[in-house]
Amino acid sequence: MEALATYLHENHLYKAPLWVSQALVQFGVASFVLLIFVSPFAGILSFLERRIAARMQARIGPNRVGPQGILQFLADGIKSLLKEDLIPTDADKALFVLAPYLVFLGMFTSFVALPFSSKLIVADLNVGILYIFATTSFAVVGLVMAGWGSSSKWAMLGGMRSAAQVISYEIPAGIAAVTVILLAGSLSMQQIIRSQGPHPWQWFIFDNPFTLVAFFILFISLIAEGNRAPFDLPEAESELVSGYNTEYSGMRFVFFFFAEWANLYVMGAIMTTLFLGGWQIPGSLEKLAAGVAPWFPQLIQLLVFQIKTLVLVFLVIQLRWTVPRVRMDQLMNMCWKYMVPIGFACVVGVAGWMILYPQGVAKMRYLLTAMAGAIIVYYFYRVYFNFKASRAELKLNPFV
Amino acid sequence: MAIHNQEMLLNMGPQHPSTHGVIRFVVKSDGEVMSEAIPDVGYLHRSIEKIGEICDYNGFMPYTDRADYLSAMNANQGYAMVVEKLLKLEIPRRAEYLRVIAAEFNRIISHILALGALAMDVGAATPFVHALKEREKVNDLMEALCGQRLTYNYVRIGGVSYDMPPGFTERSLAFLDNFEPLMDEFDRLVGENKIFIERCANVGTISRQDAIAYNLVGPNLRASGVDFDLRRDMPYSVYPELKFQVQVGRGERGSVGDSYDRFIVRVREIMQSMKILRQCFAQIPEGEVLGDIPKTMKVPKGEAYVRTESSRGDMGYYLISDGTDHAFRLRIRTGSFTSMSIIPKISQGMMIADLITLIASLDVVAPEIDR
Amino acid sequence: MTFQEILKTLQDKLGADVVQPTTDLAGDPFATLPAEKLPEVLNFVKDDPRLQMDCLSNLTGVDAPPDHLDVVYHLFSYPLRHSFVLKVRIPKANPKVPTAEKIYPTANWQEREAYDLLGVVFDGHPDLRRIMLPEDWLGHPLRKDYKEEQEYRGITTTRPSLLYPEQ
Repeated sequence: MEALATYLHENHLYKAPLWVSQALVQFGVASFVLLIFVSPFAGILSFLERRIAARMQARIGPNRVGPQGILQFLADGIKSLLKEDLIPTDADKALFVLAPYLVFLGMFTSFVALPFSSKLIVADLNVGILYIFATTSFAVVGLVMAGWGSSSKWAMLGGMRSAAQVISYEIPAGIAAVTVILLAGSLSMQQIIRSQGPHPWQWFIFDNPFTLVAFFILFISLIAEGNRAPFDLPEAESELVSGYNTEYSGMRFVFFFFAEWANLYVMGAIMTTLFLGGWQIPGSLEKLAAGVAPWFPQLIQLLVFQIKTLVLVFLVIQLRWTVPRVRMDQLMNMCWKYMVPIGFACVVGVAGWMILYPQGVAKMRYLLTAMAGAIIVYYFYRVYFNFKASRAELKLNPFV
Repeated sequence: MAIHNQEMLLNMGPQHPSTHGVIRFVVKSDGEVMSEAIPDVGYLHRSIEKIGEICDYNGFMPYTDRADYLSAMNANQGYAMVVEKLLKLEIPRRAEYLRVIAAEFNRIISHILALGALAMDVGAATPFVHALKEREKVNDLMEALCGQRLTYNYVRIGGVSYDMPPGFTERSLAFLDNFEPLMDEFDRLVGENKIFIERCANVGTISRQDAIAYNLVGPNLRASGVDFDLRRDMPYSVYPELKFQVQVGRGERGSVGDSYDRFIVRVREIMQSMKILRQCFAQIPEGEVLGDIPKTMKVPKGEAYVRTESSRGDMGYYLISDGTDHAFRLRIRTGSFTSMSIIPKISQGMMIADLITLIASLDVVAPEIDR
Repeated sequence: MTFQEILKTLQDKLGADVVQPTTDLAGDPFATLPAEKLPEVLNFVKDDPRLQMDCLSNLTGVDAPPDHLDVVYHLFSYPLRHSFVLKVRIPKANPKVPTAEKIYPTANWQEREAYDLLGVVFDGHPDLRRIMLPEDWLGHPLRKDYKEEQEYRGITTTRPSLLYPEQ
């Protein structure tokens, strides 16, 4: 990268100081790498969502393009690129065109601060979590621009709804994050992860009952921020014919959904970092892995991070196809009357806990972990029981 | 500077993913809260009543299928009954039982589709697909019975057209055995879901007086607390011999007559229909299925008005005949038409999201409104 | 109560305006009355405790050639489970009937349909406009002497037949 920067400085940008070309090269490489990671991921996530939805609905889902239909997103992307680029006559051209890019920007810039492993992070800011919340709220500007610029009443209604929803749910999300920040003592993403440990009872979620509640508040708020069901009123297909997306077609339309699926990943990543221990692996495993190759522990940490994130992403996808939509006033009700007060109570509770037990209470951690384990076992038992009761056939082969 | 407030005029146009069929609503709203929602119907008007004056009596039967395509057997049965009333025909017992079997199957699939559509409009897309899966199985049964999956043209004036194929009883009973736990699961998955209850309870409450004054019929009327079912109170065909319970809305999760009541009344009616079907299959006698009728029917001069309990309420057929081989005036009075007429009154002060729930819970089907 | 008993109750109260025409037609019997008496009769059948007809089950119009229109009212009582049929005959030249909307709100849409398809004008109806057909349609299709226009808003309504091209 240094060589590239010096080459650029000498041959092209000799009028500006060296740091300009250095910065440009760094931005360029970082963006390129992130784009390479994010784009196929969002695409495959779109395919995965359709497949999971189909399986839940006793259908098969896309399985034609590529092995098991994995390349479906490529077909969708090519199709959208080839579509006619329609801009309504009455639309405000500048706003209409700019809106998808702003939404994409809001989502993409938050990838910069995500800690994929202990060394794989594009920018280890010491205000990491604050930066992520700030940039994800940038998407609101894009949504309102899309709604207004489409010059259609349906789109405007969807845009207004979306703006109200996202802005409102920033607050419980931030409050829930504050509980973790109190425990970790820092805003930096890597520091938060380092304050946790590899074992489940060392994660922040099981630290005390207040953080458990804060996890669920964060979960719900992030779903609401990402415009996912049950909070997908702004893009409600059955009510507003797709809300702020109504007038968009072709690649611009895909941009919105691209941002939504990538946002799913950011949601999962935030939750993993803050509450589930991020990329932490046990020390013994790390020593074992270091014996194989110096970069092997990094790989394992990356895998651990991805698995935790993907479990949460899967949960969010499943939630979309199970639960109905919440109405707008019920949504606002829930945020301001329930989540914000409970969030504040959690912050006060965590602060009090830290004063009373500066090292935490090990028994509480074990108790909460055991409780969670019991609930998960009960969940699987209920699934098995329902299978038996409905006399359905259990097809474990997902590749049918 | 004075702030200028103006009501927004929204057009939920004829093409819309969630109005059930081609209906248009002109919504005057102030942001999210509506002041009025005025329906505009007539996009599906095919002048079936005028065609009834040209077609002969037998040939009109397929048109009644298209009047309410989701439960076509009931529509067929009503028309056959009104002509038979004027002709004073006696129908073989086996034919009556077959008509009731077909009608109750249709009631099941029509209700489950309505419930699935209600769930989908409220936001949960999965129950709709499960409902369609069950509908497919019944469609296969109907195909075995009469050759058609949607518009059956099965009932004839004087009986039905085909007898049950061999093995039909076993297949139907197997389907019913399979369907009961699924219906239970549907009830628990959708009906006890907190978000669904919050979306539907106390939404679009139609009081008892309003329901009777606006001539709401069928499950909508029963959900508002009126204990009336044509099959029990003015029985026709073989319903006097069948035991079932009439389901009335009791306001379990909200007030009496809200959308949740309409939902739960339909769920329970499906269970009752399954009971009726089992009794029919047990009691059906042997015999022929089509009485002796002349090829060209000369119906005596006169008029008759017959109401049958279709899935969407009572469907009234009013026939005036003038002695020739086609009707002089045929009028079909459907439940969806009157359900639509109550929407301008009930929708005042509701939110737009609630309007969708209201329409879906009233179970309007566009061809029934416009005929 | 049977048809004859209801008829007798009506005739006791309202005189000989409500008659049953003596013809021997098959099917249901009906009673006719002059158009002006309609609100009075409908109010009576709704409120009288012996009749209690709280539901207007069907309101429709019939074309009675050569120059009359009939408006038919099917009434039904939920508490007492009996029904009744009333008919009003009006001349085609001046097809006016008082509206039943104030007594039975369900008549709102049914009368709009009768107006749309048959041309019966209901006095006092709050919103009498076409319901099924477009607002600028000409003519009333359910009449026996209805001739379709040759074109609607510049679009022709007839096409040359494919089966019989010479017609």
